[in-house]
Amino acid sequence: MAVSRRQFLKLAAGAGLCAGAGLSPQVARARPPVPRLPEAVGILYDATLCIGCKACMSACKEFNGLPPEHTDPRAIWDDPLDLSAKTVNIVKLYTHGTGLAKDREQDGYSYIRRFCMHCVDPACTSACPVGALHKDPRTGVVKYNPDVCIGCRYCQIACPYNIPKFQWDSPFPRIVKCQMCDHLQARGSYPACCRFCPTGASLFGEVRELLKEARRRLALKEGEPTWFPLRRVDSGSHTFRSAPAYLPHIYGEKDGGGAQVLMLANVPFTKLGLPVLGEDSIASHSETVYHALYKGMLLPYLVLSGLVYLVYRHTSKKDLP
Amino acid sequence: MAAEYVPLRTKVVTKPFLVLAALALTGLFLIGYRYLAGLGAVTNLNDGYPWGLWIAYDVLVGTALGCGGYAMAILVYVFNRWEYHPLVRSAVLTSVLGYTLAAVAIFIDIGRYWNGYKLFLPWQVNLSSVLVEVALCIGAYVVVLWIEFLPTLLEKHREHPQAAVWLRRLNHALPVIAAVGILLPTMHQSSLGTLMVIAGGKLSPLWQTYLLPLFFLLSALAMGFAVTAVESIASSYFFGRPYETPMLAKLARVTAGVVAAYLVLRLADLLYRGAPVLSSGFLTGMFFLENLLYLVPLIFLVSPAAARDLRVIFLAGVALLLAGALYRFNVFLVGFSPGPGWRYFPAVPEIFITLGLISLELMAYLYFVKRYPVLPAEHG
Ligand code: SF4
Ligand code: SF4
Ligand code: SF4
Repeated sequence: MAVSRRQFLKLAAGAGLCAGAGLSPQVARARPPVPRLPEAVGILYDATLCIGCKACMSACKEFNGLPPEHTDPRAIWDDPLDLSAKTVNIVKLYTHGTGLAKDREQDGYSYIRRFCMHCVDPACTSACPVGALHKDPRTGVVKYNPDVCIGCRYCQIACPYNIPKFQWDSPFPRIVKCQMCDHLQARGSYPACCRFCPTGASLFGEVRELLKEARRRLALKEGEPTWFPLRRVDSGSHTFRSAPAYLPHIYGEKDGGGAQVLMLANVPFTKLGLPVLGEDSIASHSETVYHALYKGMLLPYLVLSGLVYLVYRHTSKKDLP
Repeated sequence: MAAEYVPLRTKVVTKPFLVLAALALTGLFLIGYRYLAGLGAVTNLNDGYPWGLWIAYDVLVGTALGCGGYAMAILVYVFNRWEYHPLVRSAVLTSVLGYTLAAVAIFIDIGRYWNGYKLFLPWQVNLSSVLVEVALCIGAYVVVLWIEFLPTLLEKHREHPQAAVWLRRLNHALPVIAAVGILLPTMHQSSLGTLMVIAGGKLSPLWQTYLLPLFFLLSALAMGFAVTAVESIASSYFFGRPYETPMLAKLARVTAGVVAAYLVLRLADLLYRGAPVLSSGFLTGMFFLENLLYLVPLIFLVSPAAARDLRVIFLAGVALLLAGALYRFNVFLVGFSPGPGWRYFPAVPEIFITLGLISLELMAYLYFVKRYPVLPAEHG
């Protein structure tokens, strides 16, 4: 049977409606970027200062009540291979060639600490359907509330750094991730990793101050004698040494819409396993698409009223062959 | 007026039915074990691939297969094509079953199911989360589908005075129910695609695009039409009833239109974004397989043979179902890479739980078509 002109027009109109609904995000204005909170706190990790002692790892486990992990049953030490529900902070190693020179991409090595970046505009909090992952409105720390979490694991799909971990072996599982020792901060203390780091490679402080400190380091000339704060950016205690070489990139300043954890290194961050992210957060992309379709539920209501009208007309005036 | 739909009235408990029952029991047993021992005990899910077979098949493919009711409702109520009305009931039945089981699968999949009700507390939900839209819409649509299916249940007991009253009431509310029943799948089938936008670079550029919602909607529609045709032909074959040939031939044209629109937009989007279609190794292969499964049936559906030969329509329909299923697997699993070192392939118990759910669905289908007026009355 040939499709009549009238039928064709109807089909075309319907297809147009669907296409419009799908395409509108392209034309809609993007959701504006989220600014940094003025009192945000964070951690500056400087790979060139890190000696791979893993004091931050054992301190993290101790102060967060996390058990050691045996990935190799013969191992006699805590040997996680990656972040997991038992390990929310890990020090990894990059090596190349002879691996002799510290902080060199060629024939060298570098440490890299991995833990939650506490993003400025986190994908996990945008994705979480019940607000179980949420950003502290003052400090910006991304915290987890097991009382509302439904265990859907959409946060794991969303996080560009693969940070949230799930307790797969438990009948009553939780999501586990670094919460920047929020419980210690509530008592006026600060994250255990920074408190026990012997070299100042992990440094706690207000993000404003940490950014200033990171920029100061990037401005140093290699070999120039200088000082590095220990534990907290405002602790007043320092180590003195000559300035290392740095790649001119503060990872987390803008990457992925910015993070409250900042990183410095002399080996490209992609080599250290960090993802290449644009300057907009992925949450802003996703929410742009989503809000274009659902802002104020306007579009759904419009479509619904159109549908009710059409169905009503067509049920009373059946177009039978 | 002669009845438009009739029950088959044949025996329910047959040999195939018992095989399905055995599979369903195995599945139920394993589901019980999952609640005692955790998700890791029955699945290969891991922190890199937190979503696996249950989400990709039971929820994504399952609800798309359940789009028959949606697709037919659009044709009948929006485009006023009442000649398709005889196909509506069985389409609604497959939809009711597909969606109900998808909802069940979600509750098996979520780790902290006892908090599940929090999704329905307005002060608790995060309105930025695409998953909220998906969950609420699917939940609401399951209810709407059961309401749409109610007349079928009531007609069986039409002698009962209350049944007649309710049938009349439902008939009055039909425009609103049908409209909501079209709106909800439009919303959540597209949102199922939007879900993966936030995966960003973890999803291969062969699939990651802002148009994911549109592609999921169009491919769900195509699957809805295809499943209706395949189901109609299969039930005619197995139950020895006359084929709805002219209607199916026309439906094939509509299906071809949707698939053509989908393919053109998909190609345009890939070209516009400059996606590495040819240089993605294994993913390139999966990409071509997926799109050939769309293209080949499209060519057959627009050929004159489709108007005469039901085998062509049947095979094309099956290919389109596979295409839609593969597209969903590609977006949620195959094209998704959380980084080096992570691997996922469903575990045996995981597969058996899915098989158990499918068996339950088929058993319910057989029961309903044999005992309730679901299939079109013979008219030729
Ligand atoms: S790193 Fe991941 S888990 Fe941490 S705040 Fe960002 S998105 Fe959330
Ligand atoms: S698993 Fe829990 S924290 Fe993660 S998105 Fe789901 S509800 Fe939120
Ligand atoms: S404690 Fe400090 S120096 Fe030691 S591994 Fe951790 S960050 Fe590096």
